Amino acid sequence: MTDQDSQNKKTALYALHLELGGKMVPFAGYMLPVQYADAGIMLEHQRARESAALFDVSHMGQVRITGADRVAALEALVPADVENLAVGRTRYSFFTNETGGILDDLMITQAEDSLILVINAACKDADIAHLRANLEGDVKLEVLENLSLLALQGPKSAAVLGQWAPEATTMPFMSTRDFVIAGIDCRVSRSGYSGEDGYEIAMESDQAVDLARALLEHDAVSASGLGARDSLRLEAGLCLYGHDIDTTTTPVEAGLTWAMQKRRRTEGGFPGAAVIQKQLADGASRRLVGLKPEGRAPCREGTELTDDSGRVIGRITSGGFGPTAGGPVAMGYLETAFASAGTNVQAVVRGKPRPCEVVKMPFVAHNFYRG
Amino acid sequence: MSDVKFSEDHEWIRVEGDVGTIGITVFAQQQLGDVVYVEVPEVGTSVEKGGEVAVVESVKAASELFAPIDGEVVESNSGLADDPAAVNSDPEGEGWFFKVKISDAGQLDDLMDEAAYKAFVESQS
Repeated sequence: MTDQDSQNKKTALYALHLELGGKMVPFAGYMLPVQYADAGIMLEHQRARESAALFDVSHMGQVRITGADRVAALEALVPADVENLAVGRTRYSFFTNETGGILDDLMITQAEDSLILVINAACKDADIAHLRANLEGDVKLEVLENLSLLALQGPKSAAVLGQWAPEATTMPFMSTRDFVIAGIDCRVSRSGYSGEDGYEIAMESDQAVDLARALLEHDAVSASGLGARDSLRLEAGLCLYGHDIDTTTTPVEAGLTWAMQKRRRTEGGFPGAAVIQKQLADGASRRLVGLKPEGRAPCREGTELTDDSGRVIGRITSGGFGPTAGGPVAMGYLETAFASAGTNVQAVVRGKPRPCEVVKMPFVAHNFYRG
Repeated sequence: MSDVKFSEDHEWIRVEGDVGTIGITVFAQQQLGDVVYVEVPEVGTSVEKGGEVAVVESVKAASELFAPIDGEVVESNSGLADDPAAVNSDPEGEGWFFKVKISDAGQLDDLMDEAAYKAFVESQS
């Protein structure tokens, strides 16, 4: 047993990952496959774009909030309209801090009798402490530690789940329902982090291997690792917490205004509301943008962005090679004056300025189910 | 294969006369994964043993290639610009990086032969 193994937790699928040839790496306190031996990031990425890819995302935190005051209590911590979120619907949001920064991003599902949150692994402990300290009124927080989470992503995902749950094929994007899949009770959301149609499926951890095997038995499904998960979300223009968004970036700067519904933008009542409302009215001094580097050299996280005179005007927060885009893609913050699509800036890679064009995201069109 | 030597940085050098052809090993490309970009040195560049001389990037990350020997670059594999995946498919053939005119052949003695490199890789995993 290596140090890495002993310091990091294992998901319920750990042994299955090894059996499938997973190259295990530490990630947010868990040992997870970055890729699989017989495939690799390119192929695992393409399978999610063209067929269906299965990801183990059990490292993510799942919590349930119950109690009569749950909606108001959560709205005090996030700028999402939770009150008008219909039962069975799911919404992307974020916990904000007093300066309008982002503590974590999350998914909120309105269940019949509770709210279910899915939070990032790296922020899990801090989020739970934040919720426990700040949820007010008659509210109870339950950490769903006995659940695992699988993501099935790609255009053939619906046909795969349809074998067991025909109604899963027509459920709306960003909705959540309970289904029995391969004999296993599951909570299924039509959502994901790839830009493709797909599902995130929660089940009791002691049944996670059985469910994964049942899904993998389908010809269209193969396992994909963290590497492909990252290249897929980057092409889809989706933010990664700790990289593209963090406590120093506001939702306005990050282009996440769409995730703050009108009532909340107007009424405020969440941490940092004054800062965010001021930016909504006056604009922010920087913006998260998509960048298309010229040529083939990837521009990575941390790369400085300059104007033609060499003045630093921003920084790349995520960057790499987009297998579907067929070239390098990146996102980063730029001073607002440079943030319009079509603007040319320089990315300084290994001391050499390389031209990059500001482009609209996503880099690869979303392929969500729209009914 | 007696004229091929290997470094602890997982490069190979094939020596013909006073010119060495340099690339990365099968093991190195397996560790990197899908190679998407390679930056090779320009002809005429002086390289120094242990110095950064080329860049190889996978989907995930950028890595440096260190010169296994002193010398001057006499040819670079321009084909890698359009076909970086050759580093994966044929690392010790079509996927070569550059050729150097060796200035100190004595340095070759510090490198491993194939058997020693094989043992080195096994000790690493």
